[in-house]
Amino acid sequence: MLRYTLKRLLQAIPTLLIVITLSFFLMHLAPGGPFDGERQLPPEIEANLMANYHLDEPVWKQYLNYMGNLLQGDLGPSFKYKDFSVTELVAQGFPVSLELGIWAVGLALLIGLPLGVIAALRRNSTIDYLVMGTALAGVAIPNFVIAPLLALVFGVFLGWLPVGGWNEGAWPNLVLPVVALSIQQIAYIARMMRASMIEVLGSHFIRTARAKGLAETEVIWRHAMRPAMLPVVSYLGPAIAGIITGSVVIEQIFGIPGIGRYFVQAALNRDYTLVMGTVVFYGALIVLLNLLVDLLYSALDPQIRYDD
Amino acid sequence: MSQPLLEIDRLRVDFDLPGGTVTAVKDLSFTVHAGETLALVGESGSGKSVSSTAAMRLLPELARPDGAIRWHGGQQPEDLLLVGAKRMRQIRGNEISMIFQEPMTSLNPLHRIGRQIVEVLTKHTALRGSAARERACSLLEQVGIPDPERRLGSYPHELSGGQRQRVMIAMALACEPKLLIADEPTTALDVTVQAQILSLLKDLQQRYGMAILFITHDLGIVRHFADRVCVMQQGERVESGPTAELFADPQHAYTRMLIDAEPRGRKAPVPDQTPLLLEAHDLRVRFPMKKRLFRPADYFEAVRGIDLSVKRGQTLGIVGESGSGKSTLGRALLRLLESRGDIRFDDTALDGLDTAAMRPLRSRMQVVFQDPFGSLSPRMTVGEIIGEGLRVHAPLLGRRERDARVQEALADVALDPAMRHRYPHEFSGGQRQRIAIARALVLKPELLLLDEPTSALDRSVQATVIELLRDLQHKHDLTYLFISHDLAVVRALADSVLVMKDGEVVEQGDTEALFSQPRHTYTQELMRAAFLDHQAA
Amino acid sequence: MMTDTAVSTPDSAGDSLAREAWRRLKQNKAATTSLVLLALITLACVAGPWLTPWALDEVDWNAFLTPPSPENGHYAGTDANGRDLLTRVFHGGRVSLSVALVATFVSLVIGVLYGAVAGFIGGRTDNLMMRFVDIMYSLPFMFLVILLMVVFGRNILLIYAAIGAVEWLDMSRIVRGQVLALKRREFVEAAQALGVRSHKIVTRHLIPNAIGPVIVYVTLTVPKVILLESFLSFLGLGVQEPLTSWGVLISEGKDMMETAPWMLLVPSAFLAVTLLCLNFLGDGLRDALDPKTR
Repeated sequence: MLRYTLKRLLQAIPTLLIVITLSFFLMHLAPGGPFDGERQLPPEIEANLMANYHLDEPVWKQYLNYMGNLLQGDLGPSFKYKDFSVTELVAQGFPVSLELGIWAVGLALLIGLPLGVIAALRRNSTIDYLVMGTALAGVAIPNFVIAPLLALVFGVFLGWLPVGGWNEGAWPNLVLPVVALSIQQIAYIARMMRASMIEVLGSHFIRTARAKGLAETEVIWRHAMRPAMLPVVSYLGPAIAGIITGSVVIEQIFGIPGIGRYFVQAALNRDYTLVMGTVVFYGALIVLLNLLVDLLYSALDPQIRYDD
Repeated sequence: MSQPLLEIDRLRVDFDLPGGTVTAVKDLSFTVHAGETLALVGESGSGKSVSSTAAMRLLPELARPDGAIRWHGGQQPEDLLLVGAKRMRQIRGNEISMIFQEPMTSLNPLHRIGRQIVEVLTKHTALRGSAARERACSLLEQVGIPDPERRLGSYPHELSGGQRQRVMIAMALACEPKLLIADEPTTALDVTVQAQILSLLKDLQQRYGMAILFITHDLGIVRHFADRVCVMQQGERVESGPTAELFADPQHAYTRMLIDAEPRGRKAPVPDQTPLLLEAHDLRVRFPMKKRLFRPADYFEAVRGIDLSVKRGQTLGIVGESGSGKSTLGRALLRLLESRGDIRFDDTALDGLDTAAMRPLRSRMQVVFQDPFGSLSPRMTVGEIIGEGLRVHAPLLGRRERDARVQEALADVALDPAMRHRYPHEFSGGQRQRIAIARALVLKPELLLLDEPTSALDRSVQATVIELLRDLQHKHDLTYLFISHDLAVVRALADSVLVMKDGEVVEQGDTEALFSQPRHTYTQELMRAAFLDHQAA
Repeated sequence: MMTDTAVSTPDSAGDSLAREAWRRLKQNKAATTSLVLLALITLACVAGPWLTPWALDEVDWNAFLTPPSPENGHYAGTDANGRDLLTRVFHGGRVSLSVALVATFVSLVIGVLYGAVAGFIGGRTDNLMMRFVDIMYSLPFMFLVILLMVVFGRNILLIYAAIGAVEWLDMSRIVRGQVLALKRREFVEAAQALGVRSHKIVTRHLIPNAIGPVIVYVTLTVPKVILLESFLSFLGLGVQEPLTSWGVLISEGKDMMETAPWMLLVPSAFLAVTLLCLNFLGDGLRDALDPKTR
């Protein structure tokens, strides 16, 4: 198990290297420099600025520099928020995004799993059709459509919940963004759980369990639940990536001060270092979470062999 | 005769399918007495499994059973179709238990063996904790699992198919049931393992005094195993009676056909001076194992230095259990797989020929595979499938002529040539196998590789396909490489036999000599397992 | 063991799998309704801009932010600049649908080629190619696309290419899986034994049999692509003025939702219905092509 973990950690390194390298060179291919936009700077000041940010050095040297700094956790200075480093901005936004993300993943599992199980157990009943129809809608309709609609209905028309803002994570401010962020994943998980539950219930070892004289609830809880959840567990990686991507737009819509909002603003402002820093950070996060999900999976399924 | 234990009385099972109602079992009655073995025999679709599953009330929801299944194992007689769910659960696994055809998938892959056995014990007995564990351990010992203490902690995937079936038996016996329903318990296993499982069941039956309802498609294996036999066809009982009587004097034509389905006759030898058609020397096939970084690649040798020769018009039977390398050998001989060693076909050395150089020879050597469902492309019509070889080997043939040849080939395998415009999914297993044979024959080959061509077919269909192969061999002077695990079929068809185990030949020789006096212990074991019912044959 | 009675009725002579699948699809009400709706939406987006009396950028000086009303001819209302919303939605639909077609096609070509090559060659090449796909999978691709848009500017051709380049991964896996499974099927081996050439085996045996899952996957890729494009446009990183797309319109509508909710609701409805229909159609096709799944 430990060897497997180490091996997977080692495998994550090339992935991260690709992300970093790709982002770095993309950024340097960008037409125009970071100081173009505002107003024409006198040449000597621009030269000064360039020297200050080491932008006058050869690209390979800048790359090595960046990598060196990265190893120390330094993502470089932000070109637009001049008083902050990218690391500081990410560190500020991350706890907010993390809170939002954890709630969303939790909600997705908490609602998606039971819905899928119920639909599977009541296969081809009205409940099943209802759940699956709604789930398909949930899969199909993007969160940036659902989020403003939720805000319109519950914020504007009904006035029950705030339309936006973070307010230090107070629960009324959390509800709409978390729901908007998790709906798509709830739908995916419910569909997946239903399909895998139906498959497991039809398998031979479930017949064996029934032939042993177990009650149907024992059959489901003891024998069907865990194998049926395996596909959902392996889906958690993409689900988390989806929630992270979704948080970008949700934070934007609800005005939540997480990394996502910085990212969008930076992208619109062409704040290259901040965009790149965020991509690198998200990259590391997704790779790490994928690793955790794989470890969780292997802990749940004894048939996984660690040696390959 | 002892008192009845299970009475099936005018059982009928209908399935409500989208296309309409299908009756799987109709008006079926039979009785199982305490301590006896009743064999329920029938081919696929005969309803034998459905009726036994009905007794456990494990039928799918679409099924509608009707009639009565009376159980006399409890305090008073009760109808299993009517008893409450709670009482039914007391019966399952405790008074009646069941083992299934699929040992590989019938155990929960995520639970340890010990837990799965203990689960039955805690459900139906007062045993708990270490007492239950000890009982589980002794059960494993009784079913012949070595090192039972350690095996309790194993997961199913760490066990072989035979061992998993033993675990299933241990689980079924845990509460000392009065009736054991065994639904094709040995069909998925190799013959030698099959024999072991059958004798284990026999032993355990004597020790526990339970009745066994044994469901099988193979009338042969029940000959020495069952006290009474009930033969089913298309949901109905056609005949039943004590085993000895039924075999001695079968009343119904269907029963006679099943008994006679064992292929008869022997292959007529070819004249001594007949030239060799195929010859191989020190043939080896190896597959790379999963490659690892910084380590030399490992190889698994599936065929390890085999010599063989076949004369024109002869049939060489290649026999072995799964994993013995017999299919790999066949494919290598036809150069469908890369191999090392010499292969001579007629006067050509095949080894070292590349795909292009082999192409002209392909029409002279053809192949028929085991799986009649997988071996025909589902998106081509039968005519296109059969005609494909002609496009390669007789490209100058016009459409008309090609069609004529296709029709001829279909007629050769006794199929209606008008069927050539249909798609494979519209045909039954036996018909598809005939189409596959027609595809090979249309090229007028000299050598035909038959890789388990009848193993996926019902006994009665098997017999007709074998007759067809015999006729065709005679008619077209074909040479067969006949790969099979079924010794009876090989005996009836082959001039000489090659017995394989772990990629090597353990014994080879003239069919009659080898069957009457097997020298190698493995061959003897195979024979014993295969012919346990009729040593006299 | 199998029965020796033919599975289907004998009168369905010469029925190909494709025709049978089509019949099953026609029985699926959700899928057929979706197909009709999609056809209508496509028709509306293609022909609509010529039928409405307003041009994309035309300002109606008499109608700023008016709600939908048949009287002034603005059936879906106008935006803050007095532009007809319905016309803009149709134009946006053209962009969204064209992105869907082009990007899906790009992903189809890359995915099928890559997957088929990996699956057909197999062995070490396959291992290497699939390891690469695995690495690509774990990349935060969405963010790289955004980075791409930031760096190279918002350009519709770039959107086509970028989205296509993201979406081919799944396709390549599916095609590879199909090819690998088919390669092991005995009918392919039988064709090899007949001496059929490799390229004929690919065209006659592998492709026709792999096409079902590919069609299903394409129907499921189209909504994903539309979604990605609208996502980018919503963030302000997609198409640029004067072009518009559903994502842009929804984003504009979101800002005005308190005063002009129709600006949010109309484009949202078009996008949602399109995506929903595509998903229903994809599901229906899967059920029709593989009747075992249901």
